[in-house]
Amino acid sequence: MKVDHLLRQTCEWLRGTGPNSDIVMSSRVRLARNLEKMPFSHWATKKQEKETLENLEGAVLEADLMRGSLCTRMSELDDIDKQFLLERHLISREHVVHPEFKSVVIGDKEVVNIMINEEDHLRVQVMQSGFNLQEGWRIANRVDDSLHKKIKFAFHPDWGYLTACPTNTGTGLRASVMLHLPSLVMTKQINRVLQAITKLGMTARGLYGEGTEAEGNFFQISNQITLGSAEEDIIDNLERIIRQVIGHEENARKTIMKQSREMLLDKICRSNGTLKSAHVMSTKEMMGLLSMVRLGVDMGLITDIDRRAVNELFILTQPAHLQKIEGRVLNSQQRDAKRANLIRRRLEGR
Amino acid sequence: MLCDECGKVKATVHLTEIINDQITKLNLCEVCAKQKGSDVEQHFGIADLLAALSDVESEPPAQGGVPASKNKCAQCGLTYEDFKKVGRLGCGECYTAFRASLVPLLKRIHGSNQHLGKSPSPSSIKELKLSTKIHEELEAAKQDLLKAVKKEEFEEAAALRDKIKFLEKKIREAKV
Repeated sequence: MKVDHLLRQTCEWLRGTGPNSDIVMSSRVRLARNLEKMPFSHWATKKQEKETLENLEGAVLEADLMRGSLCTRMSELDDIDKQFLLERHLISREHVVHPEFKSVVIGDKEVVNIMINEEDHLRVQVMQSGFNLQEGWRIANRVDDSLHKKIKFAFHPDWGYLTACPTNTGTGLRASVMLHLPSLVMTKQINRVLQAITKLGMTARGLYGEGTEAEGNFFQISNQITLGSAEEDIIDNLERIIRQVIGHEENARKTIMKQSREMLLDKICRSNGTLKSAHVMSTKEMMGLLSMVRLGVDMGLITDIDRRAVNELFILTQPAHLQKIEGRVLNSQQRDAKRANLIRRRLEGR
Repeated sequence: MLCDECGKVKATVHLTEIINDQITKLNLCEVCAKQKGSDVEQHFGIADLLAALSDVESEPPAQGGVPASKNKCAQCGLTYEDFKKVGRLGCGECYTAFRASLVPLLKRIHGSNQHLGKSPSPSSIKELKLSTKIHEELEAAKQDLLKAVKKEEFEEAAALRDKIKFLEKKIREAKV
């Protein structure tokens, strides 16, 4: 299949490197753009959607950093492949549910990827590992600049880039950071932190975006406002807030270590032990246990496993990934067994 | 009536869901309703929120006496009612067509209605500003024409008709 080779590479955002990577899993920047004079995807006729798709596929593949990228139409992928791309954060749920006249263009190492005919005609997304929004914006801006040379985007001097939903109008920029905050959860401070973030015009969500649970103590925090501030200021603002959250998580880690070191060690080592010996493992159970192991690695309490191996497990053990590794359809029982097997082998370094 | 989920506690929350035209009724106790809460929230989409926000502003009637909600975007045919239902605009031109209602909505969402970030290259901005100005002038002239006809001010109407023709010609020539 077209997307199979992705399985053999570690995507950029899972590398476990970059600034503050003990707390920040990844940083993401996305830009929403639409063609001038062409109805937005949901309002376009099939003919217009097809025209947009064909024009944009060509333009995107010629853009800076995008030459030689993998371009695939959603309608040509089977259900497992679509789910696989969703699990890797390369496409949205909308792309899975309504695959007609939609494409995704995936750049080298999955750093840049572009969805065509999503809610907006173009959604340019850049992923970075660790806390690295500035670099993400620099790359997104470069791709966008080069797209501007070929495409006339819908733009108004007062309202900026015009998007299907008015919540994205202006810069069309959504910057988000995936944070691992187990200590704020354990010390029951997380709700207070999330509430404060919301008051400051930011949003917090779970691992797989809108409407998902914060499994594995992962929280995605992003800007809400896109109009009235320049891109650099939006990113600067978000960064300042994230730095505060990182500080709170660091303090919570120190406090737990000081006050209940044994309890913490017990929790981490039991999680590690269960993962290394279980034969049946659901995604939900795994997320909780793996989160503890990651905390152990990040705090230097577990030294025989590296962060990248833990990060990769979060994705490789998702349902579609397991089925692609096995090369066949698996039911939920079979998946739970395969998942346990994969985790055991990986954590033992085999 | 007992809770449909746990079957143990008296149901106090009654939920009606419509998914793909199928109506399901759920009677839940408070605990189960809370657990189900996240599912329920997802069905309350952005369209509802936007509709609520845009209704807060009293809808200014468009010039010429047509209520803004019946206004149609000349380019894509979307009405303001459509927008309120789906929470998405139809095309870039909709922003100008529904300007009167959208400006306060944008202000409510973002706390601002003035873009400060990146723009297409300076030359295309100039072009755009000109294009936007002509389109807005044309829209105003059309509304004035309707008013003039209504008031039977035919001299005024004739002048406006010429102005519209001139502006339309300018748009065609410049392809802006």
